[in-house]
Amino acid sequence: MKIANPLSTLAAVAVLGLAAAGQTLAADPIKIGSFLAVTGGASFLGDPELKTLQMYVDEINAGGGIDGRQIELVHYDTGGNAKEAVGFAKRLIKKDQVDLIVGGSTSGSTLAAMPEVGKSGTPFISLAGSVKIIDPVQKWVFKMPHTDRMAAAKIFEDMKKRGVSKIALISGSGGFGKSGRAQTLALAPEYGIEVVSDESYGAKDTDMTAQLTKVRATDAQAILNFGFGSGPAIVTKNVRQLGIELPLYQSHGVASKKYIELAGDAAEGVRLPAAALLVADKLPDSDPQKPVLLAYKNKFEAAHGPVSTFGGHAYDGLFIAVEAIKRAGGTDKAKVRDEIEKTQGFIGTGGIYNMSATDHLGLDLSAFKMLEIKGGDWTIVE
Amino acid sequence: MTDQILQFLLTGVTVGATYALVALGFAIIYNASDVVNFAQGEFVMIGAMSAIALSAGHGLPMWLSLPLAVLVTVGVGLLLQRFAIAPARGASVVTTIIITIGASIFLRGVALLLWGKDIFALPPFSGERPIHIGEATLLPQNLWVMGGAGVMVLGVHWFFNHTILGKAILACSCNRTAAHLVGINVGMMMLIAYGLSAFLGAMAGILVTPITFTSYDAGVMLGLKGFSAAILGGMGNPMGAVAGGLLLGLIESLSAGLISSGYKDAIGFIILLLVLFFRPSGLFGRTSSERV
Repeated sequence: MKIANPLSTLAAVAVLGLAAAGQTLAADPIKIGSFLAVTGGASFLGDPELKTLQMYVDEINAGGGIDGRQIELVHYDTGGNAKEAVGFAKRLIKKDQVDLIVGGSTSGSTLAAMPEVGKSGTPFISLAGSVKIIDPVQKWVFKMPHTDRMAAAKIFEDMKKRGVSKIALISGSGGFGKSGRAQTLALAPEYGIEVVSDESYGAKDTDMTAQLTKVRATDAQAILNFGFGSGPAIVTKNVRQLGIELPLYQSHGVASKKYIELAGDAAEGVRLPAAALLVADKLPDSDPQKPVLLAYKNKFEAAHGPVSTFGGHAYDGLFIAVEAIKRAGGTDKAKVRDEIEKTQGFIGTGGIYNMSATDHLGLDLSAFKMLEIKGGDWTIVE
Repeated sequence: MTDQILQFLLTGVTVGATYALVALGFAIIYNASDVVNFAQGEFVMIGAMSAIALSAGHGLPMWLSLPLAVLVTVGVGLLLQRFAIAPARGASVVTTIIITIGASIFLRGVALLLWGKDIFALPPFSGERPIHIGEATLLPQNLWVMGGAGVMVLGVHWFFNHTILGKAILACSCNRTAAHLVGINVGMMMLIAYGLSAFLGAMAGILVTPITFTSYDAGVMLGLKGFSAAILGGMGNPMGAVAGGLLLGLIESLSAGLISSGYKDAIGFIILLLVLFFRPSGLFGRTSSERV
């Protein structure tokens, strides 16, 4: 060890010198920070998000970077833990000194990290669902995914078209179901819709016929189920078992082929709002989102298997950030923030984003497509 | 209103039959060793998951994949006893229970690695056409579950009361040393008890999965409900386990239907606590007395 010491010191000096030389040769990289739930219970969010970020950062770098500057992705895995998220957000800001943050897979981790990010004045594009992230609007925080409230609004729009004014609500007792229930109850009066029955079930319940029997005895004209996982598929089967003929609406929580597979024939005729990515190849060619969706879908599926809307949020966040940096002509945090807020007509996987000082999401209801299940596949309801 | 009540009762019985099937498995190992095996829910999950893996994953026909899945689960039960429970022979009952909790977490982890986080379904055995009883309905699979539970509880009852092997297992629970002295191979009896328990778990999994679906963590809730049913009816009494399961199912569905769906689990557990408060050995349990 003693003999090696001077040698290693020499080597360290040489490496430092090289690094310094390297820095003067190429421009500083743009540092994009991220904290995502890549492992743990919410890994279905964080895993495709990280893959998407890495895939497109590599692509941008291979194409010469942004204005000749390479992007460096600094990433931490929160495991879905909100406390960890706060720690990692601090580290990204203070130690790694990132230029902006794209991340925060779960609403919990985003909401926990927001005060820290806001204090430091770092632009933060969140990939989480809760409406609380942008309502009230916080100066430094933006978000990509549509909200539960928009899903409920989209469903109510469709119900009104079908002349439905009284509905029965049945929701899961998990976070997603509870939030959906609250938004549904808050929004229903605005659409002149009355919730005549408000039932719930546990996340692992295996039979909802008792609740649905109660629903059957009311004068509801449609049933709305807000839930996630196996619950909605069981509700769907139970509705058919009881011979209830009312139109059944599901939320975007079941927007995956798995739901059709589990519910089988019972899913026929069920309607739900979903992101356009799910039906990318069924969109009319005139749809401006179609090329973006297909490009993302094909690229992701070639590398990692079936695409999910969650990875799409990471795509949208990354490219809104990249375009804002280009427009700002650098990584000055205040300028980049202003440019993100000025995002207009950005065509992403989640919809067409038009942000403003009062809207840090920038999506309208057109971001959701109303789908109906026919013949075991999605069809777009016009 | 009567139509509604009839549906609530039918729902309660079908859900209760599921709990009863899981509760039966608890009773066997408890009968043999006074141990509550918290990996019982995982036996249910492994039975269902391996049936799905064999039929949907490997394309085997149903008549072959279902018995194979039961064999796989029994194998897991035997291995569990041989490599996790048996080495801790001298350990107290509480220690052994803690080992089974560890085993359940381990089995869940293995299932997660093998089959991922997705939810899976098995096709129903005889169609999905609802059977109408008045205004109320029932699925054919519900009858399979009820029938299966009925056959198995009678089988278990007969096994413990009318066969030498069953009585030998009971003897191990009453007094291990005495059982050993009269020539009962205690180790072998334990192995048989775990195998039998795993068998019942797998059967439960295969019967209920067409209705309830399954996933790597489905065993947690089923295990908890089955355990509640078992202590409600009286631990170690197969008939009590079934009665407890049916009762729990009925309480849940009636409180969801008549009181509030949000509080149905709470009502179920409150009644369970009350029963344990007034009858600590369960509704049909033998009151145990310690001889000094």
